Amino acid sequence: MRILYTDVLVIGGGLAGLRAAVGARRRGHDVVILSLVPAKRSHSAAAQGGMQASLGNTAKGQGDNEDVHFEDTVRGSDWGCDQAVARLFVHAAPQAVRELAAWGVPWNRVRAGEREVVMDGRRVTLSERPEAHGLIAARDFGGTKKWRTCYVSDGTGHAMLYAVSDKAVAEGIPVHERMEAIALIHEGGRCHGAIVRNLVTGELVAYVAKATCIATGGFGRIYRVTSNAVINEGIGAAIALETGAACLGNMEAVQFHPTTIFPAGILVTEGCRGDGGLLKDAAGHRFMPDYEPEKKELASRDVVSRRMEEHIRAGHGVNSRFGEHLWLDITLLGAAHIDSRLREVKEICRHFLGIDPARDFIPVRPAQHYSMGGIRTDARGEAYGLAGLFACGEAACWDLHGFNRLGGNSVAETVVAGMIVGENIADFVESSAGELQVSTALVREFLAAEQAKLDTLLQGNGNESATEIRRRMQDIMTDKVGIFRRGDLLAEAVDELQALLQRSRRIGVATRRPGSNPELVAAYRVQKMLKLALCVAYGALQRTESRGAHYREDHPRRDDANWLKRTLASWSDPFQTLPTLAYEALDVRHMELPPGWRGYGARDAIEHPATALRAAEIAAIREAFGHAERFTVQQALMPYEHLVPVRFRGRNERLGDAS
Amino acid sequence: MTTDTPRQLTLRILRSSPSEGMAPHWQDFRVEEAEGMTLFIALNEVRDTLDPSLQFDFVCRAGICGSCGMLIDGRPGLACRSLTRDLGPLITLAPLPVFALIGDLSVDTGSWMRGTAERLETWIHSQAEPDLTAVETPMAPELAEAIYELDRCIECGCCVAGCGTQRMREDFVGAVGLNKIARFRLDPRDERSDADYYELIGDDAGVFGCMSLLGCHDVCPKGLPLQTQIAFLRRKMVAAGLK
Repeated sequence: MRILYTDVLVIGGGLAGLRAAVGARRRGHDVVILSLVPAKRSHSAAAQGGMQASLGNTAKGQGDNEDVHFEDTVRGSDWGCDQAVARLFVHAAPQAVRELAAWGVPWNRVRAGEREVVMDGRRVTLSERPEAHGLIAARDFGGTKKWRTCYVSDGTGHAMLYAVSDKAVAEGIPVHERMEAIALIHEGGRCHGAIVRNLVTGELVAYVAKATCIATGGFGRIYRVTSNAVINEGIGAAIALETGAACLGNMEAVQFHPTTIFPAGILVTEGCRGDGGLLKDAAGHRFMPDYEPEKKELASRDVVSRRMEEHIRAGHGVNSRFGEHLWLDITLLGAAHIDSRLREVKEICRHFLGIDPARDFIPVRPAQHYSMGGIRTDARGEAYGLAGLFACGEAACWDLHGFNRLGGNSVAETVVAGMIVGENIADFVESSAGELQVSTALVREFLAAEQAKLDTLLQGNGNESATEIRRRMQDIMTDKVGIFRRGDLLAEAVDELQALLQRSRRIGVATRRPGSNPELVAAYRVQKMLKLALCVAYGALQRTESRGAHYREDHPRRDDANWLKRTLASWSDPFQTLPTLAYEALDVRHMELPPGWRGYGARDAIEHPATALRAAEIAAIREAFGHAERFTVQQALMPYEHLVPVRFRGRNERLGDAS
Repeated sequence: MTTDTPRQLTLRILRSSPSEGMAPHWQDFRVEEAEGMTLFIALNEVRDTLDPSLQFDFVCRAGICGSCGMLIDGRPGLACRSLTRDLGPLITLAPLPVFALIGDLSVDTGSWMRGTAERLETWIHSQAEPDLTAVETPMAPELAEAIYELDRCIECGCCVAGCGTQRMREDFVGAVGLNKIARFRLDPRDERSDADYYELIGDDAGVFGCMSLLGCHDVCPKGLPLQTQIAFLRRKMVAAGLK
């Protein structure tokens, strides 16, 4: 029995995990990172367009601050997010960008003077202030009032991931590559680390830790059509679910990105539309203004994706041998802009479609893109129900995004959450609660249990095929739990997924070799992925309203009266075939921004009885504070500073307000 | 390219399984070509329908992450963005040389690249702790873009696999390493001097080992300006060495 001991075990080597690891390491704790792949290959690298932070350096960003970013984020979430977490996030985001600048990210910079940009299909001239020259620039993204998305061409995630990954190397943090956590070690509501499978040798190793942090990203691969990398199978979330103690929040909140190339599903950044690109139909007509006169192509992703599918249903799609799609037109941006700001897009178009986006339209259609749901944690990043377990980034649901995430807020979340949760992990490890109290007998028990499961797959007499079950699951999710959802189809999906889950217990693996064994990997992963798929489908079936990315054709209105609450899914009995759902209310009485219209999309929400009261209360507070500075008013409306780790508490300076 | 009868492709793959002591051997797999088929799609089809034990590495499948470097008809390249229509009916696939073999088309680039990062200290060296709430230090827009140009390396290992010097000198830092030094050297946030860089690459395992065969430049999937960067660095390191 091999056991490795460490203070902090971070599962996942993407931006969130790396940044959390650096934070804990800098507080003096031993940290080990586990990663399925070399850390720099993580899916964070695929974030193209940029990260939101209210620096307000550019002409179109002037006047931006935490308050504006906060409101955009809450509206984007369709009031599903935790507003205190949103506050915490918008406060720390400028610090994250500036830290990354110091760590070497070559953020695109403001060039003083006049420049031509494309807005709403027309060329206009913007003038950048001379004093902003050389500061971090920002581009426009959907669902935001200001240009706030800081970027490095369209390789933002790549540049960030390399800087943070190299920082982790500088801090001497070991990354154990090709290692997969397949179970958490836990007892009595306390997590003690993980059982880990070496993907090269097949050996099982126990990693025992004072604190464990899951940062394994999203679970897009439960869908057939997704922009996600092939490693985004949600195994981190699944092993938390399988403890029966931790739970997953809002799993039905799944984002579909409007522009993935058709049919491969590879992402082309929202920056294409942010920089002035247009969506067009088979007739070459720009259709978004017909549906969304205010924000047009730059409404939030859930709204744009839905409008695109609606337009295709109305018979305006472009026919191709793979099905229907629409066009993304960035030809109007010009070759020079594309060559400098959208070069990954250009490469992707060239290599996968054989087209030049400076001359040709890009065939696009929405595809699964982001998991708003994940391991439910508090605002400190600690999991509900399991002390010593933390989660951050896309794997977590501390609930920044509610039912729809804004573009540019996820790669921002990775580093911000990493900064914050890393500090909180260090606090935990230094506290009495962080003492390691685990018996080797318990560790042995967990190791044996996992080995037995693998042995059953390898030596049992199962005859089901993992590949076939996975394909069927992906089809069900894409066909029945997609952008448009309906009670009858969701019920069918839930039934079929349950049947698949039962079949998955009889999977047989033909390849019996001890070492690297992709067939075995596919087998144990699909068993876990099916549980996630059931959380998504069953949660979606129960939620009889439409909110953000969760759209029910049979319940098209947002229903704050009945559904202003977060779904919590748990799985306490390994033999149950459906998750146990519970709900956690979002308290309107404590919101800084009570529910209302988002500024785009539908306006027919069913109001919560407390909304009007809270709105009146807020108006009274604002009135009472008169001309007090915005920080004082904010503090009176919804205090959040106690959630900010001490080292990140200062006020963010901006050009113009620095003395 | 649409034809009435799809091509029958043969993927000739160099199979091996060091953990089982299996000797490398070629194995042929037949797949029917589909429109827009990439090697990512073709290899997954082989694994899903013909041989579930086949090992290969894909992550992003979009040419961004650098996981799927392999020898495609003898030339290092990214499999995910190689369209079969650009290749003949017989496609040979072999793992990248130089890197430790895991099995079939899977190699361990991760340990190699981590070693390079540690050896060349590929991070910003700065004494100052950044003040996170203060307005950031300005940087010329052109400079930021020039740094990004070199920052685009995805550590896929193609340059290392295509390097002549590497075959003779196991400790050669390769174009990937030299490009990183060029990147940090350009970055004013890194306080290291040419004398410091000379310590890292001023020998035959570094920039003076390069024989200028420049296979690296030809095979780089990101089109990095490796040829000019290596030449430029060599000149700078000569100057530093003469001081």
